[in-house]
Amino acid sequence: MQSIAWYTSLVLILLLSTVFIAVLWRSRDSGDATEVARRGYGPRGKLFGLALAAGVVITAITLVPWPHQLQAGAQVDRIVEASARQWSWSLSDDRARVGERIEFQITSEDVNHGFALYDPDMQLVSQIQAMPGYTNRLQYTFEQPGEYRILCLEFCGLAHHAMTATFTVASAEQH
Amino acid sequence: MTSSLSPAATRPNERFYLQLYMGVTLAVLLLMLLAGVLMRAAQGTLIDLSPELFYQIMTLHGAGMVGIAGLAGASIMWYFLRRHVSLTPGIFLANFLLFLIGVVMILVSILLGGFGGGWTFLYPLPASSMGLWNTHAAAGFIGGLLVIGVGFLLFYLDAGRALIARYGSLARALGLDQLFSGKVDPDHPPAVVASTMVLIINILGTLAGAVILVMSLLNLYLPAVTVDPLWAKNLIYFFGHVFINATIYMAVIAVYELLPHYTGRPWKVTRPFLAAWAASTIMVMIVYPHHLLMDMVMPAWMLIMGQIISYLSGIPVLLVTAWGTLVQIYRANVNWEAPARFLVLAVFGWSVGVIPAIVDGTITINKVMHNTQWVPGHFHFYLLLGLLPMVLGFMLHVTRDPGNRFPAWLERGVFWLFTGSAIAFVFMFLYSGLQSIPRRFAEHLPAWIPQAQLATLFAVLVLASLATYFLLLLRRLPRLRMQA
Repeated sequence: MQSIAWYTSLVLILLLSTVFIAVLWRSRDSGDATEVARRGYGPRGKLFGLALAAGVVITAITLVPWPHQLQAGAQVDRIVEASARQWSWSLSDDRARVGERIEFQITSEDVNHGFALYDPDMQLVSQIQAMPGYTNRLQYTFEQPGEYRILCLEFCGLAHHAMTATFTVASAEQH
Repeated sequence: MTSSLSPAATRPNERFYLQLYMGVTLAVLLLMLLAGVLMRAAQGTLIDLSPELFYQIMTLHGAGMVGIAGLAGASIMWYFLRRHVSLTPGIFLANFLLFLIGVVMILVSILLGGFGGGWTFLYPLPASSMGLWNTHAAAGFIGGLLVIGVGFLLFYLDAGRALIARYGSLARALGLDQLFSGKVDPDHPPAVVASTMVLIINILGTLAGAVILVMSLLNLYLPAVTVDPLWAKNLIYFFGHVFINATIYMAVIAVYELLPHYTGRPWKVTRPFLAAWAASTIMVMIVYPHHLLMDMVMPAWMLIMGQIISYLSGIPVLLVTAWGTLVQIYRANVNWEAPARFLVLAVFGWSVGVIPAIVDGTITINKVMHNTQWVPGHFHFYLLLGLLPMVLGFMLHVTRDPGNRFPAWLERGVFWLFTGSAIAFVFMFLYSGLQSIPRRFAEHLPAWIPQAQLATLFAVLVLASLATYFLLLLRRLPRLRMQA
């Protein structure tokens, strides 16, 4: 998912930069302002329509299914309760096996924290906020064995960066 | 209703007040840039900062940059709006003085009181320092923000009064009557349209900020008085989002008003222009839930709205301001003096910054990008490469002095040094986001350190190039022209 964000942004940034450079290239030439405006603003309406149409498609693709959708309880293998406090995580269980779908039920005992699940390669695979007074839920199916890490991604004070926990995922055979 | 295009006569002291705004803007910007360099250097283990000091500097950098962006934006809005309506000089000065008082309170709370709760003062963190700062330090920071907010509120109320006196209503000043009546007055000033939009959103934003600031203050001294943390978050992000966006909407007035000086083409108000500003007025206020996409306890419709409006918000920026700028400069035989360079760079930076912002505003992507360095990546794009060049373009224009210029090669060289290093600096944030490196971490894992070190190099180059322009501007300040 990070790669999609990166390459989408990169392509669009390069495209926009190319348009700017092409226009800058001709900025020292002289042209009739009225004619430039007539021709320049001509395609804008169509682009507006195109942007709206693209928006509808992007919205449909990215919101269906609902990204925060939680599967029915029966399809969740286990529930792990996670409670945050300055500056540690308390987990009701810190182990799973490959293929298991875990529902993390996350809350905080003091301030806002961010529950961020990093895979063994330290890539962020999913996250949700940890808030006092609320329980947020995050479901994740573990597909890779190894030692996952839970980091706090909402600034919470002095040892925010050190507020970590580990979550070990064993291969199906090991389990 | 058409406006008079004749500039307002300068009243006594107004020029001095603007010099105060500009001088303080340059000084604070320089210090906050330095704070930013220190943070990246510490993350890259190039210098040793304790986490305590790091988070204090982070709090200072955030509050300082947001505040000074507001002050700089207000000075630009005031400079051009006063040509069309009668603003009160005393209110302009009061905003400045209240800003200074607020800054002193914030500095004392951080540097003496040790407050390091982040500029977003996310409730209930200010009251839960684990012994690091005391109640008074937190109150000093929150009180400082409150005082600054009061100054801005006065400034916007005065602007609203003046606009209603001149145009009859804010709706007419915004051009809504023209938008829907079928007849658009091309001479209706863009500065009036933009200023009206800004004061509408920022009066509401500042009031929302005041509510949560006062509630946070009460909570500090009366812990029994609590706020629902989700409500607090909503109020804080509504206030913060509106305020920082308003700084750009104020500063972009400089593009509309000054770029025509260098292209010889007037920036005429059109129906798409009025429609874009009217739509942006609404969108800026209802898009803030995109800061809360990882709060699944929020109503789903608000998160969906946050994603959709995030996308739609980019359209006016790209199809009105960026497109209009390109039409302004295409085959216009542009006089590429420094102000024109910075103004066009600003529109480029703002437009490009919108792209990674929209991408991050998609809930599925936000799941893996929220609060990583992707986020400072996109907001530095439109602040460092958008807002800041708008401010510099404005300042360089109003202090233009053919007899006191850099040598052309130096001016161009420093400009391109800034542009190149700023783009590289911002891309290091985005690239770090790709690698899931968190934002707001005082200490980085060994695998993340090289990225921070490289970013520090670019940050130093940004600082050096900007410091050169700042020094030039400080030298030129005595020659500030009010009718430039």
